[in-house]
Amino acid sequence: MRSVSIVGVGLTKFGEQWEKSFKELIAEAGVKAIQDSGLERKDVNAVYGGCMASGRFVGQEHIGALIADQLGLNPVPSTRVEAACASGGVALRMGYMAVASGIHDIVAVGGVEKMTEVSTEDAGFALGGAGDQETELFVGASFPALYALMARKHMKKFGTTEEQMASVAVKNHGNAVNNKYAQFHREITIDDVMKSGYVSSPLKLLDCSPITDGAAAVLLMPTEQAKKINDKAVEIIASTQASDTLALADRENLYETKAAKIAGKQAYEKAGIKPTDVSFAEVHDCFTIAEIMAIESLGFCPLGEGGKFTEQGNTQISGQIPINTSGGLKGKGHPVGATGVAQAIETYLQLNGEAGKRQVKDAEIGMTHNVGGSGATAVVHLYKKA
Amino acid sequence: MVQNSLPLHWRKYPERYRLEGNINEETGEAFFPARVVDPKQGRKGKLVPIEMPRIGKIVSLTEVYVGPQGFEKETPYFLALIELENKVRMLTQIVDSPKEKIKEGAKVKKVFRKISDIDEEGAIAYGYKFKVEE
Amino acid sequence: MTVGIVGYGAYVPKKRIKVEEIAKVWKKDGKKVSVGIGVIEKALGSWDEDTATISVEVARKALEVAKIEAKEIGAVYVGSESHPYAVKPTSSIVAEAINTGTELMAADLEFACKAGTAGLQLVYAEVKAGMINYGLAIGADTAQGRPGDALEFTAGSGGAGFIVGNKKEEIIAEINETISFTTDTPDFWRRQHAEFPSHAGRFTGEPAYFKHVLNAAKNIMEKTKTKPSDFKYAVFHQPNGKFPKRAAKILGFTPEQIEQGLMTPYIGNTYSGATMVGLVSVLDIAKAGDKILAVSYGSGSGSDAFILTVTENIKNKRAKIPLLKAIEDKEYVDYSEYIIHRKKIKTL
Repeated sequence: MRSVSIVGVGLTKFGEQWEKSFKELIAEAGVKAIQDSGLERKDVNAVYGGCMASGRFVGQEHIGALIADQLGLNPVPSTRVEAACASGGVALRMGYMAVASGIHDIVAVGGVEKMTEVSTEDAGFALGGAGDQETELFVGASFPALYALMARKHMKKFGTTEEQMASVAVKNHGNAVNNKYAQFHREITIDDVMKSGYVSSPLKLLDCSPITDGAAAVLLMPTEQAKKINDKAVEIIASTQASDTLALADRENLYETKAAKIAGKQAYEKAGIKPTDVSFAEVHDCFTIAEIMAIESLGFCPLGEGGKFTEQGNTQISGQIPINTSGGLKGKGHPVGATGVAQAIETYLQLNGEAGKRQVKDAEIGMTHNVGGSGATAVVHLYKKA
Repeated sequence: MVQNSLPLHWRKYPERYRLEGNINEETGEAFFPARVVDPKQGRKGKLVPIEMPRIGKIVSLTEVYVGPQGFEKETPYFLALIELENKVRMLTQIVDSPKEKIKEGAKVKKVFRKISDIDEEGAIAYGYKFKVEE
Repeated sequence: MTVGIVGYGAYVPKKRIKVEEIAKVWKKDGKKVSVGIGVIEKALGSWDEDTATISVEVARKALEVAKIEAKEIGAVYVGSESHPYAVKPTSSIVAEAINTGTELMAADLEFACKAGTAGLQLVYAEVKAGMINYGLAIGADTAQGRPGDALEFTAGSGGAGFIVGNKKEEIIAEINETISFTTDTPDFWRRQHAEFPSHAGRFTGEPAYFKHVLNAAKNIMEKTKTKPSDFKYAVFHQPNGKFPKRAAKILGFTPEQIEQGLMTPYIGNTYSGATMVGLVSVLDIAKAGDKILAVSYGSGSGSDAFILTVTENIKNKRAKIPLLKAIEDKEYVDYSEYIIHRKKIKTL
């Protein structure tokens, strides 16, 4: 198995992109990534594209073919990957496996979602497909409701407070201010979060990531060759994935994300490192409670202490383990299929010292954590400068 | 669209009207909704249909203020993850119960209600909801 | 063969609105209206309740009392003025929900407020004829009250049902006799696409309710050579709290005889459920040997009269919670919540 590295990245601005179509978003991210790498279109051997629900959002399936077509990459094999909100991360893993195994040499991995073509209600319905549609969406459980059930359990069992969850949102919005691709560039306060009105108690409007349009893409190639074409290569030192039950009702417990824990553990083992060796991580904060559970699952703090840990500032850019320096899903936006790939891009920028005001000091090892649905898929990657 | 699929609704009457799931005859573990494959036992042991108990207790709850499509006019409503007497867990709405009694550990009993009735000329979807039992 | 009731049940939704609250909206003297019609408050279902959901709860309760398997039921009839579908039976939804199996006769009935008792006559006849061993008859409604109309004060939601069987050791109230008095009378009606029923004002009194209830009662007593003093309880159709009292007086029944079965003052007129709900309340306390006269009335018009005799078996077969106690679990709403739940808001 060969070592694989990211050699170029590109993404569109995340936000309500009324003027850009689905195809335009893909083309923009893809072209930027190829240009950034210094490679040419003809060098790409295969494409993996993550997209959760294009059928419901834009009435379009067959995204693999669409991406290759839009970027002028025909006739290379192009495959759509779907794992709900982890579509991007899993697409990255598929691309990694293709290069690591030797089947392909240069692979383009992208992620895209255009969620504003439909009404907010229709968008909510589309997202509901990430859970067990028949027993969760059908009885009136939207996504916030599922995470709210987990949040309430976490609060009851560990004493996590709504203020502690709010501190995640405050931090991530603060980080997003310095990310020109982010959806939001406005700082918020704990008070703002507490007053933002319940969506599904205890989660309030500002505890929830937004509806976003966006696309992101990276180029992968064997590390040995990557180092020859530019000095920006970032090596993927572990790529792991785990699954859990689709429905919340079938989970072992409501306060831990087991799949993330397993994928995280396997990643540390593969890379031969411990959580304390990680310099920063982009985690899946679709809701503030999700970030708290993520840092516990990934071993950055003990189970149940994620709220306190965040409140105390340990996950700030200047803290012990910076989390979501990009602004996370909360501040940067969450175009579902693109998120996993965008997380890899932030990691690439950090390890190359190009994160500007978001830069983590002495960044050596980065981590991305991308989750699908209420935790049924979790995909984790570890990176270091090649 | 799928929400209004008539074959789907009809197929699910036993599940939605009577909490019919299935049980592994050998291990006694019950599943709701019914499964084709026992995730722990694989093909060992026969899975037979059985109605779930209609009494349970609340494990976690949330009050939904912004509901998914079709539920807009019902908000706010309570959703809970409940555990039935046979340890099977399920997600359901809690109705007709005083707010202060809807909490973790509360005993709940199944009632037969409308789940969705979005289209005036379409079919009505009935199913299970639960109510706090005093 | 003895044929009679082997199980019974009633369901009244939790929400209530007071007559005074409705009167306030229309700027009427609430106390005066309430006393005038003899009704304090009426029941209404939540948006997620309808005649089908009420009927299912009734069926489950009746099965609990009867202690039989649903698969033994050979017929299900649901009578209502507010079936959820104009075409697609409520009775089959009930049958599926309680799992009667496919060997079943079923139909929905409509005869204004006597659709439920018409179903009771059908199952009685089918059991008596030996066609089925058990039959379930339900009367339930989520009655539509036209805003600003007199009937808005009384149109309520609720239902009741009976399982009829032929095993002597299971019967809690033998049905001794049943007759009907039927005419064609235009006192109260609803056209197919109309949202609310219309009625003929004072014409709904003497030529309608009283003519049919009084004649049916007299005829059944004549046929069975009984008189009012032979009965422990009498249940008359109760569109308000006044009509049944007047009917009782005219026929020679005392206020005590009709008190237990008079439910409308507390839950409103449950239309197809009304007389049956009253009968359920009586069965909650009746003792062996008690004779009961029940006379329903459905506009259009007709009255179904029944004479029942309670047996020893009722000692061991009663509802877990008596109806009068069950309706104490209630929650008041104001007019705005009432019209949202009853879907009366329309755009101009």
